[in-house]
Amino acid sequence: MSTTNPPALGTLPAGARLARKDDTPAGLRRVLRMPRWYRIVSPLVLLVIWQLTNVLSLISPKKLPPPTRVVSTAVDLVTINSPAYGTLQHALLASLERMVLGFALGATAAVMLATVAGLSRLGEDFVDPIMQMLRTLPLFGLIPVFIVWFGIGQLPKVLLIALGAAIPLYLNTFAGIRSVDAKLGELGQVLGLRRRELLRHIVLPGALPLTLVGLRQSLGVAWLSLVVAEQLNTNAGLGFMINQATQFLQNDVIFVALLVYTILGLLTDWLVRLLERRTLAWRGGLLAA
Amino acid sequence: MAGRSPGGVAVAPVARVSGLTRRFGERCVLDQLDLEIAPGEFVALIGRSGSGKSTLLRALAGLDRHPDGDVAIDGSVGIAFQEPRLVPWRRVLDNVALGLRRPDARTAARSALVEVGLDGHLHEWPLTLSGGEAQRVSLARALVREPSLLLLDEPFGALDALTRITMHRLVLDLWEEHRPAILLVTHDVDEALALADRVLVLADGRISHHAPVDLVRPRDRDHPDLISLRNRLLSELGVDTKGTQ
Repeated sequence: MSTTNPPALGTLPAGARLARKDDTPAGLRRVLRMPRWYRIVSPLVLLVIWQLTNVLSLISPKKLPPPTRVVSTAVDLVTINSPAYGTLQHALLASLERMVLGFALGATAAVMLATVAGLSRLGEDFVDPIMQMLRTLPLFGLIPVFIVWFGIGQLPKVLLIALGAAIPLYLNTFAGIRSVDAKLGELGQVLGLRRRELLRHIVLPGALPLTLVGLRQSLGVAWLSLVVAEQLNTNAGLGFMINQATQFLQNDVIFVALLVYTILGLLTDWLVRLLERRTLAWRGGLLAA
Repeated sequence: MAGRSPGGVAVAPVARVSGLTRRFGERCVLDQLDLEIAPGEFVALIGRSGSGKSTLLRALAGLDRHPDGDVAIDGSVGIAFQEPRLVPWRRVLDNVALGLRRPDARTAARSALVEVGLDGHLHEWPLTLSGGEAQRVSLARALVREPSLLLLDEPFGALDALTRITMHRLVLDLWEEHRPAILLVTHDVDEALALADRVLVLADGRISHHAPVDLVRPRDRDHPDLISLRNRLLSELGVDTKGTQ
């Protein structure tokens, strides 16, 4: 089905005009256009089964707290400032701060390095080998080293997130810049574009489709890094909450924290998709809605 | 504006190429080529594929970094490529205004688009345009810079026959209006004969043949002069015309 094929990223697909023709059969098209409410059926069934494990006393709520219990615990964590956990919103803010700092740092570095490497051979020869080495390094294997270097405060955690976020974003942005049609570079020359203008009008927008793919990946890695980093010697944040709950054997609190992580991950993914729809509008019908 | 010089080049040429040589490895594509184009002159360059037409055009556009020989241009150069080369992530109007350094860039771009008949498509994305429309945008983008030399690199090659005829008319109108010198690279002898003041044949790295076309436009394809010119040019290109006529 040509309409759902992802277009060649960063370049002008040769068959662009052909691909826009909708050759989906009418019946199928009607189904595709329908609000797909039925997609929610299987998750709901799962939720009911989960609740039944408790109602029918199949699994101890200590091990697997039912959904109702998770919700009530969440409400308690928000409304009651307990000595063991503080409040959920406080933990959320602490985690978000870490994430935002680390991600901003990593993303900025990644885009800058990718631009340097993407625009010149010399830049590539200097930057790329290092990034390729970092790429193969197991991220979480660095944790002990980071602790020795930067202690157990905020810094090693932020740096771990930054590094995790930087690698996929760098790789994709670099590939994106290199995928920009050389003919458009030549056009820029004919139009007398200055280097800055070339970057702004041709190179960076041309790299954007792949950069956004990288952004999604890097957000995924960044959230993962946050979760791992927060399990170490924290005194605030969702990870701290999980650590405390582990000690008090309160699985319901752990479930709440995991749920919040999940919601945060979904939220950022949705934001990137929104960004894609807005900035890649020029691909028109090529972009599978 | 300087007048055209019907017979040969009397006024200072807008483009002068002398002794231009270009090699790709062992192959010598251009060999001591000389060429002059007068202001406002419409020149068509034909040649077999691989004869170096595009290489010459790229040298004139300043896109060849290692030309061996002299290429002198008086004024600015505009170019329309075979593929329209629109920037897909800039809207039609912004494509034309791109890199245009004057305070009224967008107004100028808009009127250029009106001139090519695309005032209804100013804010569309290039990918939504038809081949002919995209080529019009490309023409507007080249013309808005008011070039003294307009290079057309087989801009109609990928268009269907009907669109091509419309585009021929448009190019002639724009040329009458703005009077840039035009160098049209094409492999279509009929296209060259319909449009140009002078048809050049590029063979063996040099201009092997000059054919002035002194007929008023629009030209009748079946005019006896054009038929004999066509046969002459085709035989210059090494095509046997006996069987087709």
